[in-house]
Amino acid sequence: MAQASRDDVSTSLDTNGYGAKRHHVMTLANSLRSQPDAQGHFGEFGGRYVAETLMPLVLALDAEYRAAKQDPAFAAELAGLMTHYVGRPSPLYYAERLTETLRATAPAGMGPKIYFKREELNHTGAHKINNCIGQILLAIRMGKTRIIAETGAGQHGVATATVAARFGLPCTIFMGAKDVERQQPNVFRMKLLGAEVTPVTSGAQTLKDAMNEALRDWVANVHDTFYIIGTAAGPHPYPELVRDFQSVIGTEAKAQILEAEGRLPDLLVASVGGGSNAIGLFHPFLDDEGVEMLGIEAAGKGMHTAEHAASLSGGRPGVLHGNRTYLLQDEDGQISEAHSISAGLDYPGIGPEHSWLHEIGRVRYEGVTDMEALDAFQLCCRTEGIIPALECAHAIAGLAHRVHEYRADQIVILNLSGRGDKDIFTVADALGAKI
Amino acid sequence: MTRLATTFARTASENRAALVAFVTAGDPSPAHTPAILDAIVAGGADVIELGMPFTDPMADGPAIQAANLRALAAGLRTADVLAIATGFRQRHPDVPLVLMGYANPMLSRGPEWFAQAAAKAGVDGVICVDIPAEEDAALGPALRAAGIDPVRLATPTTDTARLPAVLAGASGFLYYVSVAGITGMQQAATGSIEEAVARLKAGTDLPVAVGFGVRTPEQAAAVARVADGVVVGSAIVDALAKAGGDPEAGRALVAGLAAAVREARMGVAA
Repeated sequence: MAQASRDDVSTSLDTNGYGAKRHHVMTLANSLRSQPDAQGHFGEFGGRYVAETLMPLVLALDAEYRAAKQDPAFAAELAGLMTHYVGRPSPLYYAERLTETLRATAPAGMGPKIYFKREELNHTGAHKINNCIGQILLAIRMGKTRIIAETGAGQHGVATATVAARFGLPCTIFMGAKDVERQQPNVFRMKLLGAEVTPVTSGAQTLKDAMNEALRDWVANVHDTFYIIGTAAGPHPYPELVRDFQSVIGTEAKAQILEAEGRLPDLLVASVGGGSNAIGLFHPFLDDEGVEMLGIEAAGKGMHTAEHAASLSGGRPGVLHGNRTYLLQDEDGQISEAHSISAGLDYPGIGPEHSWLHEIGRVRYEGVTDMEALDAFQLCCRTEGIIPALECAHAIAGLAHRVHEYRADQIVILNLSGRGDKDIFTVADALGAKI
Repeated sequence: MTRLATTFARTASENRAALVAFVTAGDPSPAHTPAILDAIVAGGADVIELGMPFTDPMADGPAIQAANLRALAAGLRTADVLAIATGFRQRHPDVPLVLMGYANPMLSRGPEWFAQAAAKAGVDGVICVDIPAEEDAALGPALRAAGIDPVRLATPTTDTARLPAVLAGASGFLYYVSVAGITGMQQAATGSIEEAVARLKAGTDLPVAVGFGVRTPEQAAAVARVADGVVVGSAIVDALAKAGGDPEAGRALVAGLAAAVREARMGVAA
């Protein structure tokens, strides 16, 4: 029953309905889509590791989310905003020249057909808005009058500031002081949208410190404040509800590929920082055994160095920011600094559902370095006329490593989760260009 | 009886609250901490709360955040925290010692490892900020098996419906966080503290200690009139930081707080 209601939200735009109905039948038996349990555990991961002050609010959010999922009015409002404000459904696009270019690197008969799920065409230029719309509707249902969020590069901050403006709620964005320096255009965007941007000077002054500061603000303002977490992580029910709001990506992609090709894809590829764009694409396909999945982590300057952000490949399970998951940490459990050229992947943890999917082997996770991502960034620009976010460039590079394993008649869907306009200064700097 | 139970029974029999003093282990360096703890006991602290530093102390305000980072920058490791506890226990056989910190450093080598190492070091209780009652299985059973009290936190947001879940499995004492917020913020109104303590004591026989926002002797006395224990943290950490870790700064502050706590109920009907 919970599964059916979850589909009600995540497939509200699925006019085909294929995925939802098919899975409803399948999942009654034994589904990979029925996680987490009522306590928010995905196997040994997830949970609610928060201070007592926050527990009553986290429980109230859970109750409100269950109620919202049963409420047709909530689904209708969400669907209307997704269509008319976000611009959904996003296209599923056959990336023909990228396909041909990568195919040329593979042995004869190999090199799959590559489709992009065009999340970068959403309002605000990334998948982040899907989640922000869902969460602000929950905030309004709960009677909260103030919004807070953390941001790294500023994409989630911009998406949150956007929905806060749309619904007329005051909004404070916590951003590491170093990131404020590095991401001035997004800081200005957030201010234009009416948000207050609070630079965080504690710790390493980056994303994890921004999240610490958001939690400190929340604990002091629980009575009126809603925390819009930007990825599929944090205390239960955040990993579940962010995943559900992002599952519109996979649900649409499934209907679109069936229409385009008459069959399911052979492989799904997405970049993974916290992992919301990846889980959004993967989740509706988890029970489709023939669909392989590849999550690409940021290997930074290489997995042989300490400068990477690959929590699954280079970390081990621990507890941070409300959930148990894979973390970059030392033997004492002190959290390590992450590094990636992509600010959106620059976080020492990962959503708990990915940790679980990694442990059970359903999804394969691999690393891609800064340099490989930069090459793929340029490749995508020149072959497809699409400037991808550096996050997605990681996914493209990860796929490039694997094209020789898939036949030319096989199909890949890659989540192009964001556009790269935000990254041009970083890329110019890395390439030694002055702009 | 455990050291915690004995201590709270003794302070109750003296018609006063216990003074619980918090110090961050390893601030400004691991070598400083033993003398600081000795000075705080000499100043009149009844219970020591030893903070276990963490890179991401998300329930702490600026003073204790900075102390955490200073300690880690000075090279503090978990082994140093345990060594500080072991030394303290040898020098102070009867003074209760409670470790306070975050889940990840406590769970890093497994909950059993941590509970047994802490017990061996002479630790009496553990306060883990980010393991609420719902996640008790992560650490609680290991602590109980090792004979360590898992000290639970109650807050202004802990309502009556939720309180039994918080109290289930709690031991040692109950720590009432008097403000919804982080450490080192403004103190709550005395009236609301009194009301909250009464509500908690209706649900438990455990002693109730009140902390967060208690900085001055006057504030400590006000809490000591209505609670079984008064916790002072950020003010001590601040005083030590200003004095570069000079133990005398800690002793002097704690002596003032201890005198205020001892005199708080004089002239007030018991």
